[in-house]
Amino acid sequence: MANVLVVAELLEGKARKTTLCAVTAAKQIAEGTGGSFDILSIGEGAGAAAEELAGYGAGKVLKAEIAGGYTCEKYAATVAEAGKGYDVLVACASAYGKDLLPRVAAKLGAGVASDISEVHTDGGKLSYTRPMYAGNMFGTVEILTDKQVVTVRQSEFEPAASSGGASPSEDVAVQTDPAADKVEFLGVEVVKSERPDLGDADVVVSGGRALKSADNFTNVIEPLVDALGAAMGASRAACDAGYVAPELQVGQTGKVVAPKLYIAIGISGAIQHLAGMKGSKTIVAINKDKEAPIAQVADYFLVADLFDTVPALTEAVKKL
Amino acid sequence: MKILVSIKRVADPDNASKLKVSSDGTAVTSEGLEWKMNPFDDWSLEAALRLTENAAEKNARVGEVVLVSIGPNDEHTQRIIREGLAKGAERGILVEADEGNLDASVVSAILKAIVDKESPDLVVMGKQAADGDSNVAGTELAEKLGWPVINSAMKILTSDDGKTLEVKRELDTGVATVKVTGPAVITTSDRILQPDSVQNGVTPDGHQYAKLEVGGRYASLKGIMQAKKKPIDQMSLGDLGVDTAKSLNYKKFELPPARSGQTTFVEDVADLVDKLHNTAKVI
Ligand SMILES: Cc1cc2nc3c(=O)[nH]c(=O)nc-3n(C[C@H](O)[C@H](O)[C@H](O)COP(=O)(O)OP(=O)(O)OC[C@H]3O[C@@H](n4cnc5c(N)ncnc54)[C@H](O)[C@@H]3O)c2cc1C
Repeated sequence: MANVLVVAELLEGKARKTTLCAVTAAKQIAEGTGGSFDILSIGEGAGAAAEELAGYGAGKVLKAEIAGGYTCEKYAATVAEAGKGYDVLVACASAYGKDLLPRVAAKLGAGVASDISEVHTDGGKLSYTRPMYAGNMFGTVEILTDKQVVTVRQSEFEPAASSGGASPSEDVAVQTDPAADKVEFLGVEVVKSERPDLGDADVVVSGGRALKSADNFTNVIEPLVDALGAAMGASRAACDAGYVAPELQVGQTGKVVAPKLYIAIGISGAIQHLAGMKGSKTIVAINKDKEAPIAQVADYFLVADLFDTVPALTEAVKKL
Repeated sequence: MKILVSIKRVADPDNASKLKVSSDGTAVTSEGLEWKMNPFDDWSLEAALRLTENAAEKNARVGEVVLVSIGPNDEHTQRIIREGLAKGAERGILVEADEGNLDASVVSAILKAIVDKESPDLVVMGKQAADGDSNVAGTELAEKLGWPVINSAMKILTSDDGKTLEVKRELDTGVATVKVTGPAVITTSDRILQPDSVQNGVTPDGHQYAKLEVGGRYASLKGIMQAKKKPIDQMSLGDLGVDTAKSLNYKKFELPPARSGQTTFVEDVADLVDKLHNTAKVI
């Protein structure tokens, strides 16, 4: 029987979707072992977010209000203390989860299964499958310590749907940590976009080095992105060149996406890029070079110059 | 400034699709693949070298970079340490261990023992290894030391030898800036290879490094010659006296399922739209 604590991820006082993916994994663990799950709402606006999170069937929602910008040093002691009463701690393997949970795990002496794609509860015994080697190998791992810490890959766990009801909430005490005094949060440049989040969009349109400039992203890629109601992504080469912001990177070091439709434009399909998108349902490549490695995963391949074809594609999509 | 950089070997990441699983399903075999320096460690080494040199004076060293690798004591691990020494690090440490006995808990415990001996101002690490892809060891090391950790650093500015650092780090939703009082652990992002990623108060501010496409700098011929004479300390886990209890056990490995279906080469935009609309029904 495993009792599970989900560590919520808040952005500007609201739970990110990533939290609901972690809830889905927590439910699988709890149901498969006959346990239950609670949620910890932590950060600035934790109280309001706790109300929102009360509708997902958790036994209770714990809340810890911590003002100011996030650093893992500021949160980890509180999460670890709250986590003492649980067998498994779960968060999404977002930048936040990957930053915070290992620190919590080290405090609790717990092993970490990070970025898992599957939960197994055979005979009540937990193990987890996780992609390794940039998605070229899947390992199934068991955690040997008393407590387990798990981060889950967003694209592999559907966000939990609201189940109505209202979990009771409970305040937990905020713990201090001397390491927190060594880090001062100066600010964050949050990129605001009306577009869907890359992590959970149904359609993703990504551009690569072939775009050659930020202007071409704006003039060639963005109209197609918006015609499809898609999220925009990019290869590392495009992010490194400054054509788009780094958080749009798809791949081993960027985001992992698995939309219904992924369109790779002027992207060669390096192994590290494939790591971030080859789970997509339908993959389209638009590339001048029909030998480009993206062909290994593409369902449809248009061999063409992107500058000639993408504007025409945008117009055709608008007419549908 | 003294910086500890951890480097590990990984089976050639560019050929990871050629990995196989042992016949009993419990191990990954990388036969035929060359051992390479984990590319993420190569990036952190680049950051550490930039922090400890004067780029305006032919990269004259003004600090110390100590490399530590944990793994089998063989020619491959040694070659990878030499590669880092040839790029500019001053010396190396090889902690002999069977890779099958390592996980993030053990690695962070070993690194803590090395930090206790070496007292560096900073530990700069890859945010992940290209084989395990876990993103765990750096943060666990920081917690075990009681130090702060800055993950996914894309820019590091310091002017007082690492005592305080202003670091920009990548988030899912933007970029955060933090001010850190060292000693600290830093893990690096892809953007640490940008021409202006590091300011150390010695190299003139605004200095632009040459553009690096995929990995850190190449070793110069002189660097390769000098590396042959640089020391590599070898030690065993017993020498360090650390707890080597693993927290993870991999029960089995499987290759990813192949993508079903073949690639359809479409004629033109109209054909593509038709296929996506009428066949795949995704638009
Ligand atoms: C450790 C590590 C981690 C990495 N992580 C990532 C990651 O997370 N994500 C990632 O993307 N990369 C990652 N990379 C980098 C990766 O190896 C590639 O370098 C990168 O993906 C290449 O980007 P690209 O496809 O845009 O550029 P290129 O490989 O240069 O490809 C450009 C493509 O555009 C095509 N083209 C050119 N002009 C036109 C035109 N006019 N019309 C149509 N097609 C055209 C070309 O035929 C070519 O196929 C990583 C590398 C390392 C070492």
